[in-house]
Amino acid sequence: MSRTLASLRAAMDSDLAWRFRQSPPAMVAATLLLVMVVCAVAAPLIAPHTPFDPGTLNLMDSRLPPAWVDGGMLTYPLGTDEQGRDVLSTIFYGMRISIAVGVAAVLLSVVIGVTLGLVAGWCGGWVDAAIMRLGDVQLSFPTIMIAFFIDGVAKAVMPPDLREMTRFYVVIFAIGIADWVQFARTVRAATMIEKNKDYAAAARLSRVPGLKILFAHVLPNTLGPVIILATLGLGVAILTEAILSFLGLGMPPTQPSLGALIRVGNDLLLSGEWWISMFPGLALVLLVLSVNIFGDWLRDALNPRLK
Amino acid sequence: MEAAAPLVSVRQLGRSFDVSAPAIQRLLTGSPRRSVRAVDDVSFAVDPGTTFAIVGESGCGKSTLTRLVAGLDSPTEGEVRLRGRDGGPVRIQMVFQDPVGSLNARWRIGRSIAEPMPKDMDAAARRARVAELLQTVGLSPGDAAKYPHEFSGGQRQRIAIARALAGEADLLLLDEPTSALDVSVQAQVLNLLKDLQDRLGLTYLFISHNLAVVRFMADRLGIMYLGRMVEEGPAEVLFGAPAHPYTRQLMATVPDVDNPQRDREPVAFEIPSPLNMPPGCTYSPRCPLAMEICRRERPMLRDRTNGTRIACHAVEG
Repeated sequence: MSRTLASLRAAMDSDLAWRFRQSPPAMVAATLLLVMVVCAVAAPLIAPHTPFDPGTLNLMDSRLPPAWVDGGMLTYPLGTDEQGRDVLSTIFYGMRISIAVGVAAVLLSVVIGVTLGLVAGWCGGWVDAAIMRLGDVQLSFPTIMIAFFIDGVAKAVMPPDLREMTRFYVVIFAIGIADWVQFARTVRAATMIEKNKDYAAAARLSRVPGLKILFAHVLPNTLGPVIILATLGLGVAILTEAILSFLGLGMPPTQPSLGALIRVGNDLLLSGEWWISMFPGLALVLLVLSVNIFGDWLRDALNPRLK
Repeated sequence: MEAAAPLVSVRQLGRSFDVSAPAIQRLLTGSPRRSVRAVDDVSFAVDPGTTFAIVGESGCGKSTLTRLVAGLDSPTEGEVRLRGRDGGPVRIQMVFQDPVGSLNARWRIGRSIAEPMPKDMDAAARRARVAELLQTVGLSPGDAAKYPHEFSGGQRQRIAIARALAGEADLLLLDEPTSALDVSVQAQVLNLLKDLQDRLGLTYLFISHNLAVVRFMADRLGIMYLGRMVEEGPAEVLFGAPAHPYTRQLMATVPDVDNPQRDREPVAFEIPSPLNMPPGCTYSPRCPLAMEICRRERPMLRDRTNGTRIACHAVEG
């Protein structure tokens, strides 16, 4: 217990924590992010309604404006959509899906990118050339197009009932596979530097097997920039998912992400019910913005050249 | 000349590097393949328990030679023969020039030091040995839990030495181990190395361009110039009576406290590019004694009567 406390105190005293306290934007962004993640994770507990249980919906309450507008009700603080679902609750649930897809997609990119980057940097020669040229080719397509393509192929090959069930995973795969190149490039460059450092030579002299040098020495020394890239990539992944869902290619209406919510509300925007798409849109902006500001701060704070 | 069973014998060792332009460029411009001979026909032997120093200026092939002896790189010609005292294998460890890159910054130093230890050693025995080694190199056992950035350059170099000792090495390759350190710290590290050699009977291959350091450490000495060994022999003979013009010029650069106003021969010309070596003796463009034959024919290393070897047309005997 005292050890945990001591290490906690050491963490609070660290350089990174000090830099964090020096940066108001980072603190605001991190606080917002924390609040949103808690709302998303605890949605079933804290959301005022259960919007995806048809039994609790009341069509009489559909298209109600936010509480502070004439005709609004306090039970629906941000109003309701055309099925009578509470907008605030759908946002909580929507963030849950957006964050889950974003985090899973980035993790997938990191796993693919770090693995390929390590192999390319370690092996060199034609293996390196093949992997990196593949990355170059992929980078010449926009990310969103690759996601479209994978989404389309998945739709074409799967029977309709399977489509609904696997939607979540197909979207993660489509976004994750599109974004590995930046991780591979970073890790490859770092691997090529680290493997030629003297400590790796010392390990080789002590007859440490190559794979062990790769995983115990080289890999941990390449991960610093990966963490920064992954944070910045999270914002992009969440946005990509929103775009896919907005275009009707992402999450289905039964499990709407923020993008899908914006899409649903978009149809009603012209008839004056602005709140149905505006609030999920605002949530998306706040989410991506705070991820990006936090990521930018992390990049600067961990950059040894700026110290 | 050498004792019956040298620990290291290097025979006609050579290492060339291909520095050709990329294949497509060669095809388009018709430029030929080119290679650099970083190490060219080098032979020497190191007896157990002694220090052999290799001296030369930057780019003369010292570091390539070390990597070849370490087995970190393969020779293109010749061979390195290692023979342990009982005819068994020779365990090699190395201490590097740069005290920053030689330790993994993310590992506690105790873990780095324990790395060369046998795999079947249990954790408690490892910890005990790490503590012992830290004391041997003048650090405290509690330092094992610290990270490399918590130490100074000289301390890191001691940690690197502790790691080398952990491997129970017979041969230590010391690649300019003190050139990145302050003079006062250099002396500490050199004294430590000397002391360890006396106590453990270690054999050193010592790479340096600092003659004062070499004089302190070396039993034998090999002078390298542009990948070739130009003179080799017992340290006291070479320091007392250097014969090769290049060795003499090197020795003349060492400050002499008794005679600070002595004349110095100015060094003519730049070092030739290793890509475009002169046909005969590679030192001939800078050599004050160069004769006609020096520009035509490469001098081979030959034995002299005083127990040294030299590669020079101009020196008699």
